[in-house]
Formats: sequence, C-alpha cells, structure tokens
Amino acid sequence: MTTVVTTTAPVLEVAGVTKRFPGTLALDDVSFALRPGEVHALVGENGAGKSTLIKVLTGVYQADEGEVRHLGEPVTFKRPIEAQQAGISTIYQEVNLVPLMSIASNVFLGREPRTRAGLVDWSTMNSQARELLAGYGIHDDVRRPLHTLGVGAQQMVALARAVSTDAKVVIMDEPTSSLEPREVETLFEVLNRLHASGIAIVYVSHRMDELYRVCDSVTVLRDGRVVHSGPLAGLPRIELVSLMLGREIRQIREEGVTAFGEEHEVEKEPLLKAENLSGARRLHDVSVSIRPGEVVGLAGLLGSGRSETARAIVGAFPLDGGSVLLAGKPLKRGRIAAAVRAGIALLAEDRKADGIIPNLSVRENIVLAALPRLSPFGLIRKSKQDQIVRIFMERLRIKAASPDQKVSELSGGNQQKVLLARWLATGPKILLLDEPTRGIDVGAKAEVQALIDELAQEGLGVLLISSELEELIDGADRVVVLRDGGVVGELSGDAITEENVLAAIAAEGDNDV
Amino acid sequence: MSSVTLTRNRAWLQEYGVYLAVAVLVLFNVVFTENFLSAANFRTQLVQAAPVCVVALGMALVIGTEGIDLSVGSVMSVAAALIPLYLGAGPLTAVIVAVIAGLVSGLFSGFLVAHLGIQPIIATLALLVGGRGIALVIAHGQLVQLHNPDFLALGTGDVLGVPIMVLVAGVLAVLTGFLVQRTTFGRQLVAIGGNRAASTLAGLPVKRVLVGVYVISGALAAVAGILATARLGASDPNDLGLLMELSAITAVVVGGTPLTGGRVRVLGTVFGALLMQLVNATLIKHDLPASAAQMVQAAIIVAAVYVARERSSR
Amino acid sequence: MTATTSARNAALAGVLQRQGAAVVLVLGIGLAWISFPRFGSADNLRDLALQSSFLAVIALGMTFVIISGGIDLSVGSNYALGGVLAAYGAQYGLLVAILLPLAVCSLIGLVNGLLIARTGMAPFIVTLASLLFARGLLLALTSEGATTYKVDGGSALLWLGQGTIFGVGVPVYLALILFGFGSVLLRRTRFGQSLFAIGGAEQSSLLMGLPVARTKIAIYTLSGALAGFAGILTAAYLQSGVTVIGVGTELDAISVVVIGGTLLTGGAGTVIGTLVGVLLRTLIQNVINQIGTLDSNYQTVVSGAFLLIVVVIQRLLARSRN
Repeated sequence: MTTVVTTTAPVLEVAGVTKRFPGTLALDDVSFALRPGEVHALVGENGAGKSTLIKVLTGVYQADEGEVRHLGEPVTFKRPIEAQQAGISTIYQEVNLVPLMSIASNVFLGREPRTRAGLVDWSTMNSQARELLAGYGIHDDVRRPLHTLGVGAQQMVALARAVSTDAKVVIMDEPTSSLEPREVETLFEVLNRLHASGIAIVYVSHRMDELYRVCDSVTVLRDGRVVHSGPLAGLPRIELVSLMLGREIRQIREEGVTAFGEEHEVEKEPLLKAENLSGARRLHDVSVSIRPGEVVGLAGLLGSGRSETARAIVGAFPLDGGSVLLAGKPLKRGRIAAAVRAGIALLAEDRKADGIIPNLSVRENIVLAALPRLSPFGLIRKSKQDQIVRIFMERLRIKAASPDQKVSELSGGNQQKVLLARWLATGPKILLLDEPTRGIDVGAKAEVQALIDELAQEGLGVLLISSELEELIDGADRVVVLRDGGVVGELSGDAITEENVLAAIAAEGDNDV
Repeated sequence: MSSVTLTRNRAWLQEYGVYLAVAVLVLFNVVFTENFLSAANFRTQLVQAAPVCVVALGMALVIGTEGIDLSVGSVMSVAAALIPLYLGAGPLTAVIVAVIAGLVSGLFSGFLVAHLGIQPIIATLALLVGGRGIALVIAHGQLVQLHNPDFLALGTGDVLGVPIMVLVAGVLAVLTGFLVQRTTFGRQLVAIGGNRAASTLAGLPVKRVLVGVYVISGALAAVAGILATARLGASDPNDLGLLMELSAITAVVVGGTPLTGGRVRVLGTVFGALLMQLVNATLIKHDLPASAAQMVQAAIIVAAVYVARERSSR
Repeated sequence: MTATTSARNAALAGVLQRQGAAVVLVLGIGLAWISFPRFGSADNLRDLALQSSFLAVIALGMTFVIISGGIDLSVGSNYALGGVLAAYGAQYGLLVAILLPLAVCSLIGLVNGLLIARTGMAPFIVTLASLLFARGLLLALTSEGATTYKVDGGSALLWLGQGTIFGVGVPVYLALILFGFGSVLLRRTRFGQSLFAIGGAEQSSLLMGLPVARTKIAIYTLSGALAGFAGILTAAYLQSGVTVIGVGTELDAISVVVIGGTLLTGGAGTVIGTLVGVLLRTLIQNVINQIGTLDSNYQTVVSGAFLLIVVVIQRLLARSRN
C-alpha cells in the first residue's frame, strides 16, 4: 500500500490524555495523531491501553486529563452517538449488533430509509442492504435474522455498517480475528477503497503480517504509555515486538517471546479422550486426547469451535454425538458438576461473564469450586478455607489488599490468577484453559505462562486455547488445528511453527462457496 | 464535597440506611406519639410485622438468586384454606399439612424455574393467579371461624412474655441468617445470584439450589399464613395475603438486598419489614390516611433503590 | 435425523411459537361455538369483544415496554386512577374528562421512564413504586376510596364507553384503531426498530448511537397514557369512577402479552399476538361462565393453568430450536 505522505493537519488527535480506573492507570499522558488517508496501526500487548484509548476516542469514556481534538478543535464526546455524528465509526472485536433483528435492519439501524410518509421503507432498505453487502462478499437473504450468519459474516456486516455512515475516521479493533482468509482479502480491498477516498483508519491488531501489509504508521502502547510512534516501513518486526513487550531484542532472540519453554515429560497413555464430539452445528466430529504432562494447543480462528470443544469436554456444551472418557471411564453428557468432581477444570474465555463472582471476596471466589470438599455436613469451615486461600495467593502471587477484598476491584491479571487458584484448589487432573492470558498485563502474562509449564511438569494434562500463536508455538507439545468446527490438522514437536499452523488454518476445505 | 466523599457516604447509606431509618422513626414516635414506649405497643408492632417478616425472609433468598416469588400471597391463602379441614385432627396436623402445601408449591415453582428455565416472574405469576383460585375452591369461598385454643395460641399466646409469632419470626430470621452465611447452600446461593454462568462452570449444583430457595420461600409463606390465620382467629382465603408479595419485596429491597442477586441481607430484611410496619403505624397514629401510607411507601422504595444503584463507570 | 429434517423441525417450531396462540384461539372459538349454544349468539360475541377492549388497550402499552426489554407494573393502578379522574372530570365537560386522566397518567409514565432511563434503576422496582404511588394518589382523591364519582347521565363521555356503532361497542373500535396505529408504529417506524434493538441488545444499541434513554422515556410515558385511556373508557362504560378496579391488572396484561408470543426478555414480539392473547383470556372466562355450574373460582385456576401451559410450550419450542 503506497503511503500518502501528508503534512496536512490531523483529522483526529489526542494530546496528553490520561484515564484512571479504580486500581489502574489505563492511559498515562498519551498523545497520538491521525491524518486523513492514513492507515495507522495501534499496537500493544493486552492490557496496554488500546481499547481504553479507542473508547476515549469514540465517546464511551471521557479522559480524566488531556484533550481530544477533531479537525484541530478540542472536543469532548460524551456519548458514542456524538463521535459517530462527527464521522468517527468503530468496528469492535465482538460484534456489537442486534442478533434477533434482520441483517438489513442491523445495517441501517438508526438511519433507516423512509418513505415520504415518514415510515420505514422496507423494500428500499432491503435492496440497498443487499447491494451493499454483495460488495463485502455476503449474499445471504438480508431479511433473515443476523444470528443466522457465522461470526465472520456478522463482522463483515458490522464493517459494512460502519463504512456506510459518512465516516471520515474508521477505527477497527482486531477486525480479522473472526475472518476467514477470503474475508480478510475482502477487508483489505475495503481498506484500499477507504484509503483512496481519504478516510483515515486506526487499525488495531497484533498480527504482524497484516500490519506490515496494510499500515503506513504505527503507535506502540505499553502499560498505558506511548513508547513509539512513527512510520512502519523501515521498522524491523523484531524491534516492534521488543517495543511491545519491553524486552531487549537480544533477550527475545534468545528466550523467545513468551515465558514458555520448559520441556515436559509426557506419559504415553492419554488421560482424557474426547471422541467424535458433534453438536449444535458448531462442532463436527472433533476428537482430542490429552496425556498427563502434555500441553495440547487448540489453534483456529474465532468461531472455529475451540471454546465449544473445551466446553463440551467439561459438559457445558450441548452435544448431539460423541463421548468424553477420563481414565477410560465415560463422563455423563451435560453433567458439569460430575466432570469437575472427576478432575476436569475449565477456565473460561470471558472471565467477567463466566468466571468471577464480582461482589464476592477473593477468598470466596477461590474456594467456590472446592466448597463441597471443604465443608463437612454442608457447614462452612473458615479455617480450612483460610489455609487453601493462603497457599494459592502465595503460589500465584495474587496481589490483593486482603483475601476479603472484593474480587471486582482487582486488576485483570490478578482476577485471572484468582480463577486459576479456584481450579487448582479442586486438585484437577485436566486443565482446560481458554485464552488464559487475554486482557492481562505483560508481567502477569509471563507468570501465567510459567505456571502452565509448571503444572504440566507436575503431571497435569493441559488444553491450551490461545489466539496468540507464539503461546501455542512455545508452549504446546502438540497442536490440534480447528476450522469451522472440525479438525483439519495436527502438529507435533518441531513441526509446530507459525507457518505450519497458519497454513493448516488457511488450508482449502470442501466448503468453499 | 469531593466525589470520593459522596460515594463513601452513599456506600454507608446503602449499608446502614435501613437501620438509621428505623432508629429515626422510633425516635420520632417516642417524641411525637403518645404511648409509643409502652410494652403493649411494642408488642403490637412486632406482632403485626411478624408475618411480613417471615415471608420476606424467603423472598430475600429467592431474590438473592436473581429470582422473584410472586406466589407467596396465594400460598398463604392456600395454607389458610387447608387449616380448618385438618384442625379436627389436631393443630399439629393442620400446621404440618399447611407447611407441606407450601413446600409443594415451592417445589413446583422451583421446577419451572430451574429445570424448564421459565422466568421466575412468569412462573410464580401463574401460581399467584391459580393459587388463590385453588384455595377458594378448597374452601368453597367461605370464611371459617376457628375455635381450637391450641391453634389460636399461635397467634395470641406468649412464651416467657414474648408473643409466639414474634418468637417464630425471630428464630426463622436467625436460621435464615445462619443458612446464608455459614452453610454451603447459602454461599452457593449467593454465588449463583452473583454470576450464574460462572457458578455453573464451577460445578455448583445450580438447579438443586434454585429449587431449594423456592421450596423454602413456599414453606415460609405457609408459616406466615398459619400465623396470620391464628391471629385472625379465622380462615379467610379470600383476603389473606392479598398483595403480600408487594410488601415482602418492599421489605427486602428497602433492607438493602439487591434485586440483581448476589447478596442476601437477612438483618436488613428484618429491619425493612419493621420499617414498613412502623411507617404504617406512624401514619395511622397521626391520623394520616391509607393513601398517604402508600405514597410514602413508594417514596421509601425509590429512595432505597436509588441509594443502592450501581453506577456504570464513565 | 438429517440436517434438512432438523432444520424443518426448527422452522416448524418457530412458526408454532409465533402463531400458536392464534391457532389455539381459532380452535377454541370453534369448540365453544359447537359446545355452547349461547356462545355463538351475536350478543355474547359483542360482549366478548367489548370486555376484551379495556385490557387490550392496557396490554398494547405493555407490549411495547416488554419488547424494549422493560416491564411496567404500574399500569393497573394507573388505569384505575385514569378512570377516577375521567369520572371526576366529566362534570367539567368532555375535554377535561379526556385530557385530565391522559395528562396525569402520562405524567406518571414519564416519571417512570425518567427514573429508569436516567438513573439505571430496575424497571421492576420503579414501576412497583409507581403502582403504590398511583394507588395512593387515587385513594387521596376519593376520600380513601369512599367517593365514587358518578358520570352524569347526559354527559358526552358516556358515548365513548356505552355507545355502539353497528351494534358493536365504541371501545372495540377504539381499541382496534389503537392496535392498528400500534402495529404501524412497531413495524414501520424508526422508533419501533429502536424498541427491538434496545430490547434485543441494549449495549450494542448504545454503541450504535441509538437514543436509548429518550426511547425508554417515551415508551413508559406511552404505557401510562394507554392505561389512562383504558381508564377513561371504563369510566364511560361503568358510568362511574370505580376505585377498586385495576388490582392485579398489570399481571393480566403481562400474561396476555406473553401468551401472544412476545418474549419477556425483550427484542421480539408482535402487537397482533397481544390481541390474540387478550381474546384467549376473555374466551376462557366466557367459557367457564357458559358452563355455569362451575365454581367461579375455577376461572382463576384455569387462567393460571393456561398461562403456565402456554409458557411451558413456548419454552420447550424455544429449546428444540437451539
């Protein structure tokens, strides 16, 4: 993509912006400028402040200090609609549309075309939506509900919506995380069109290939601060990574990007065998086995069925077919409590929705799954609980004012550790980890990665789901690749490389349209 | 005043507001109402508050799981309808049958909510509508005077100078508090209300606990119906417990238990029931009409929830 | 089971869920017509329609509120208040008789909407408080329920409730007109679209820039206004402002909305479904009356059981579609 080198005034700017939340300094004196026609990458590890910055730019949050300037004028967007009306459009990582309403309704929500009588003009709306979405590779009947589309297609609808409002700035937060390779190409075509018409784009992603292909300039955030801002051409990848992680290039070359790396002794016989899991049109005949001491990685795009597989193993996903065997004994379908008692633990992807009990204390969150074992005759024994809580808070280095602090007040990283402690307190044999390092700071991330290594060394079988390829490459003994709910490949040992994993994910299947 | 101080004040109000309100109201009455400080008056206030208190305890547990039980008034009515039919076999039998009816009703509600996944408001609404009808069919719509002295003693008798009704309410409150704080069931209940998805994944027996809270609520409503009937001296399924669900929900909410679940404040609920009773009594003693009472109740509810609302981060 | 048969079953379940109530209504009317000679008489049918119209108007407002993800427990008290104010205002002329209740009941709805939209308090509790407040206001205005304002025999208001056009009561026409407008509002306006969006995904609606707060305020105000209007019609019909009506009416409204297929969780529903729900309810009550020998208390038992059966079936259908 040729760079339109501009010395023109920035269309959107932040100057000295600071944003605080209870317990964290999310943005610290951040300055950032976006020029018309520019494609500007915004990078940083999870927890570096990227989404906070975006939310400040789009009126979801207001800065505590500093200024946001639009076309040179200081502005304060108090609500998302104000940013939108100023021509700033956003596409979020999670699809923020209305699943029950039709595809066309979603595209035009809030700006539906009307007849002269002022009523919604359904036929015009449907035909316009059909035309618009055809340019994005979507040919489904636009009158059907949005939820009938796959996640990738829904994301394209969100993109089409964002672009069709007269946007001058489009912010894309991890836009390719749920897209098939074909859809990614469509996305890049759209980006080209936007760029040619002078629209500025903020592109948030951690996929190096995409960034280097599509972006002109880059701003790197780390722990809420800007550590670098400038053109992307001429900045070697490894230097970019080093800036993101805050580690020396030499270190990274020697030790790798993650804190994984220890060799595990893996037993021969699988402890857990999930066979032919099928269900709800999301899983098709998935089989995975885990041996004691083994870290099995699950790779694939968003929507490929990784989380569903993990949930199915513990009994939290409705299966039509297949079975899960632990030490040779089959587990009853749908019985989560029984699976937990047998020694399977699932750390869910979304810790806010499926993990922490926000108003309860750190202690209560930790002992939650182990309560039956810690409470004889159904009565709480505080002394037993205190012991367990102390052990795990020390081992996992959970930073909290006291075990009685409300868990919602902890940082993301510490919350994640509390959840890990909850599972470790049950003495599991199999640990299913769904994005264990998502949304936590660099320090905690390394601690969690090292912990996973330790646990594998102690003989636990681990299933690791991660969208960060480096984690799978460094940490997994074996990688199973999923695509569209089915297994498309398996890699072991030295064959686990970025190229091979990506190739397996992108491999042509038999469901091309 | 800085915004941090305001939040702290609001947090304090949230925690202790109901106790403060009761204290203020008691003080007001001591000064402005004649005969407030008499033993007879204390007795009356506590006795009148007892049935609501008992129902509210069960309601608090249900609300703690993010549910609601609109059927409590109808359960009271069913209990009232059953009592005269079994009083002939002795007061104990009548009481047991009534409590069993409450348990069964709760079992039914719990099954609908936990196993069929029907929203609590609709499931218990159906029981509210149908329950009173069942009670009236059982009783043929009649009001029946009761004469069994042992049974009536439940409503009018004392033990060591304390009215039995108040004793029962007090013991139940202590037991409920113990249940919530010191048993696995109670802690699981609170966790389920705080985050049901997380609790399910953590292997908690969610369905069992949910059915349990509705069963307890039904049983407690039946107990309240028994006590109220004993005090009334008659079985009145037409009117007994009418709008009781509103009073119970009010007591729970005013007492600081959030409707969104995740926390159960037993002492707060007891004081909430006391507060609403005192408000009513104060208004009556000062010749203020029922209309004023209702409007004041409405204002108190709004104030209590306003103070307790969660602020979204901005 | 192949993919196509399971897809077809899912589609069938969807149709049943949406149109099920209508099917039951048609079947029910058919059965009643055959079984009870007096059922099919013109008088009885006219009466059925008339009896349904008051609750229908209230339930219309409730439909909008529930689709937007909320609930309005105050409509019963608001309805009674509207009736009293209409009867009271009739002595000052038709205009006052209509505007006074509409103004007051809309105001109560407005306050509901403001509290819900601007302070984040739960609709359940806010409208519960309004229920008490409106009932209290009603008592205050009628000397604690002792005064029943009578509408003068010559008042123009009476036609709204007691008049007939082609033998069918005026309230029926008014209800149908309102339902017509309501249907257009819901399916053909931006406002209606935003109701579905807010009920289906409130957070997304906010991010998409929809005027969520304003819409919520409008919908609760509308609900109050419709409850007040139903009160006006009732006062005209009964020729007085009866103070004891409306107790539990909010629950009746919720029942018929749910029976009609609108999701209690919000985001989906129809106005016609509510109409079907109201008619079903009236049908059940009428049938029990026709049977004559049954204890009238069975009416409530059957109503409760019916609601339960409908909700359970809806739930099972929804489950089978997933």
